[in-house]
Amino acid sequence: MSLVDVRAAVTQAHHEEWARVVAALTRRFGDLDIAEEAAAEAFATAVGRWPADGVPPSPGAWLTTTASRKAIDRIRRENKLDDKQKEAQLLYGDDPPEPLGAIDDERLRLIFTCCHPALAMETRVALTLRMVGGLTMPEIARAFLVQETTVGQRITRAKAKIKAARIPYRVPSAADLPARVSGVLAVLYLVFNEGYLATSPDTDPVRHDLTAEAIRLTRLIRALMPGDGEVAGLLALMLLTEARRTARVSASGELVTLDEQDRGTWDAALIAEGHRLVRERLAARVAPGRYQILAAISAVHTSARDLRDTDWSQVVALYDQLVRLDPSPIIALNRAIAVAELDGPEVALAAVDRLEHKLAGYHAYHATRADLLRRLGRSQKSRAAYGKAIELAGNTAETAYLTRRRDQLG
Amino acid sequence: MQYLVSVIDDTAGLATPDEMAAIDAFNDHLQAEGHWVFACGLAAPSSATVIDNRGEETMFTDGPFLESKEYLAGFWIVEAADLDVALKLAAEGSKHCNRKVEVRPVL
Repeated sequence: MSLVDVRAAVTQAHHEEWARVVAALTRRFGDLDIAEEAAAEAFATAVGRWPADGVPPSPGAWLTTTASRKAIDRIRRENKLDDKQKEAQLLYGDDPPEPLGAIDDERLRLIFTCCHPALAMETRVALTLRMVGGLTMPEIARAFLVQETTVGQRITRAKAKIKAARIPYRVPSAADLPARVSGVLAVLYLVFNEGYLATSPDTDPVRHDLTAEAIRLTRLIRALMPGDGEVAGLLALMLLTEARRTARVSASGELVTLDEQDRGTWDAALIAEGHRLVRERLAARVAPGRYQILAAISAVHTSARDLRDTDWSQVVALYDQLVRLDPSPIIALNRAIAVAELDGPEVALAAVDRLEHKLAGYHAYHATRADLLRRLGRSQKSRAAYGKAIELAGNTAETAYLTRRRDQLG
Repeated sequence: MQYLVSVIDDTAGLATPDEMAAIDAFNDHLQAEGHWVFACGLAAPSSATVIDNRGEETMFTDGPFLESKEYLAGFWIVEAADLDVALKLAAEGSKHCNRKVEVRPVL
């Protein structure tokens, strides 16, 4: 096997097995810190050994065994265990498996622990990307433009809190599951959105590394919880959004809005997969949650071959449904954008203006107003609104787009 | 494992009779379910005295060691298998005493 093939095998094993190895070790040794370090050492050992020894027939089992040995070495070093019973437990003692709930996978325990509501949101994100996604600290630091030491501290503090406060390592009970799943999905959606519309002027406007990682982790959760509607909904939403990624920024680095995108460049395979998921949820005939509704809205947009074919009444009806679930001003703003297509910009502007006290600090509020005012021919007011939107926007492609639009006003 | 559930108060008064009745009911529940270790309410922070006897002379200072709008009004110590159980108890406690609470593991 060539060196290139071996490298590819290690990368593939990292993608497929990292979370499983960390999860199995956490379960066995009851300690995330030991599990993470031992897993990292096992992968480093694979990089050193596989080129000479060949890729083992079952890379996952090889990695778990190697990582377990590393963990035992560390525990021996630190504890100088002489208690024979403890020693025996380390060597042989997986506890008899607990009775499991509806879902049986080690990785799910890991995900629920990393996304525990007692941890701060930014900590959940960092911990999930590290423990479940297998990203390194420098990768996470780059993703969120924070110092590597900050990421390190966040993860270290989180591991200490999990241990000291005894945050359990298990899948929540059926009664708690919906709330906890929505906590996990919120983490993944945040990672995806930071990738899709990066908030900082110092990164690429669209960060494929983050969107891809969010999709990969959501696929994993989907595989683990295939019956959960919101998991399917979030995956569909991500796929239908990702499908438009390349059309979304022009060659000159400017944001291209939905109405101006070249629909021929949308990724047909991703759209087909997203549509399949949306249809699956419709067929389930269960009241949809917010991700399923957002996915359905995306499905309406991606079903239209031309902007003029968009079924705007369907989009507005879905937003109405969403507003009933989530009466947030941002949802109301997006609804107004669809209303502009159905009932005209005048009606939409009235709806948008009602949101001022809640959204005055949000760039999209001003960008939406600017666009509606432009369509109504009120150039002066539109110019002022573009100005505010540019001031508040962080994404480079968006700033470029807004600036051009403003400068094109008569 | 034991957890300290501190009651954080930002109101001027003590618990109302209704709140006291709700707290009693919650305490009964804790005892019935085997979570009860200890609980008590505290007199107003203005009744506190701070003592520092680390030096040669014992220093007494009038008032709480931290002046703030929010103060510790009482606490429970509960027995819980893990944080999820403790958080559930604390959430019920917050509802019953009608105040914010904080959970910390006891070493």
